[in-house]
Amino acid sequence: MDLRGRSQHADRAFTWVTRAAAALVLVILALVALTMTKRAWPVLDKMGFEFFTSSRWSTPDDHYGALALIFGTLYTAVIALVIAVPISLGVALYITQVAPPRLKRPLVYAMDLLAVVPSVVFGLWGVLVLSRYGGLGRSFLTAGIILAIMITPIITSLSREVMETTPPTEKEAALALGANRWEMIGAAVFPHSKGGLVGAVMLGLGRALGETIAAALVIGSALGQISVDPFKPGNSMPAVIANEWGEADDLHKSALVALAVTLFVITIIVNLIATAIVQRSMRRSRGT
Amino acid sequence: MIPRSLWLLAAFAAGGGCRCGTDVDLTLNASGATFQKAAQEVTIDAFTRKFPRIAVNYGAGGSGKGRQDFADRVVDFACSDAPYKPADVGKVKGEFFYIPNLLGAIVVAYNLDGVESLQLSAPTIAGIFQRQITRWNDPAIAAENPGVALPARAIVVARRSDGSGTTENFTKFLAAGAKGSWTLKSGSTIEWPADTQAGAGNGGVAQLITTTPGAVGYVDLSDARAAGMHHAKIRNRSGAYVAAGAESVAAATATIELQDNLIFSALDSAAPAAYPIAAQSWCLVYAQYPDAATATAVKDYFTFLVTDAQQYLPEIDYAPISPAMRDRALERIGKIRGP
Repeated sequence: MDLRGRSQHADRAFTWVTRAAAALVLVILALVALTMTKRAWPVLDKMGFEFFTSSRWSTPDDHYGALALIFGTLYTAVIALVIAVPISLGVALYITQVAPPRLKRPLVYAMDLLAVVPSVVFGLWGVLVLSRYGGLGRSFLTAGIILAIMITPIITSLSREVMETTPPTEKEAALALGANRWEMIGAAVFPHSKGGLVGAVMLGLGRALGETIAAALVIGSALGQISVDPFKPGNSMPAVIANEWGEADDLHKSALVALAVTLFVITIIVNLIATAIVQRSMRRSRGT
Repeated sequence: MIPRSLWLLAAFAAGGGCRCGTDVDLTLNASGATFQKAAQEVTIDAFTRKFPRIAVNYGAGGSGKGRQDFADRVVDFACSDAPYKPADVGKVKGEFFYIPNLLGAIVVAYNLDGVESLQLSAPTIAGIFQRQITRWNDPAIAAENPGVALPARAIVVARRSDGSGTTENFTKFLAAGAKGSWTLKSGSTIEWPADTQAGAGNGGVAQLITTTPGAVGYVDLSDARAAGMHHAKIRNRSGAYVAAGAESVAAATATIELQDNLIFSALDSAAPAAYPIAAQSWCLVYAQYPDAATATAVKDYFTFLVTDAQQYLPEIDYAPISPAMRDRALERIGKIRGP
């Protein structure tokens, strides 16, 4: 029996199946971009570039400007990252480097569990507790805090997994050379995990950018608000899409789909920047 | 030992409340205005007692969604607080009828300690919601409420964050009643001033009002009653200050002009006992259904909707349609036919 021929066929079949799967993903992505842009065309045609430069969103006047919404989306995401990243990295470092083994298992379990709680639960908690008793009201800050709570578990989970993969030999080498724990983390853990940590933060950022219901409940739904005062109420693209879709007429729906396309493009740009940062830092640390 | 799969099946069948499979002959699906949701649920409940072999599902989702679903023929009927815009009528896949089935009230609810009753007119309300009147003891409010001790507290305006037929009817009333002084136009979403608070749904606005001293907002009557909020008497076109209720809303039907396609407006009525923010709503039905059984079921449901179901409306804070409207509606319903 000639086994060589059979494995060749299997290999070829495997290659084609995986190629088809990869192609399917790209095709779906392209279709999503194309059909959404087509649906968004009427409002982009009417407003032109003003869609991105005007902060006025008025349905009775058929005037749609997304600037304030783009600002609100990015601003609340930044607030969320500023709060979530130090906490997530801190927890991940604690779990992997500091925690006694008995505490480690339940902590990991708890973190992973939090990562799968539906975000609307945190959003409702924010409305009931944070904005009422926390004295914060509906604002960019409240939305940012809720987003931070939602993205911390996933950033922690992924950061922890990446940090676990640090080769123990590198850690021991640093310690053997006389480094204390923090110096060891800086010399062995961080350089090894950098790429993965940026990836984890990007995933968290993606969630923060797209979070719909929780943001919609606490952000305040103010119109045209572009301000760095975090206590002011604002609005974000996903919140507006969720709030206004049910009652929207044709042009209004077009405008909401255009917001979705904008969100899509912003996410791609942010991911490209993140990839570039990771590649730059990896090249530098390798000395090439 | 009973296998786990049987337990699961039993739990699903018992707890799911699913009227499916051999339980019913036909299911009617509908979507549309949340304003109508309570009325539809009560109607469906009574209807299925009379016609146990027909299941009806009202999915709500908003008037806009209802109009869209109906135009695409993905539902058997829909309900909407506003008719199609002229540009969208052509998109509906077939001849259809507007069937008016109820009226409701939109009230101006407020949270002001010590003020048990308030009287407001459209120009004053317009001034409040446009943030020109910012304190409760403003001369404009005081002039309409002689003898009421109004505090100097700041007014907090609560409005909708989501698109809504309630907003549309409320702003239409202000545009008609306040004439030149209302500049924000009307629609399911408008450009509210920046220093207003937004809540999601009637419930969200109600929650804002009840938790914020000095707040005022517009909600439908049933949500106001459920939250125990005070609501203002509104001045109608004959000059009388009228409180919202099933009778005062029904009085608004006396002066309506029913167009040929049964479109009308009950807002800003001139009838002496009429509540001026009486909101109208319709259910949309096709003239022809491709399936004979569906056509009969729809006809039965709509006939029930405008006749037997009307008696249940007052206790859930809606007003029934007038006998004249009912007769015109029944005449239209009679025209629904099968293939």
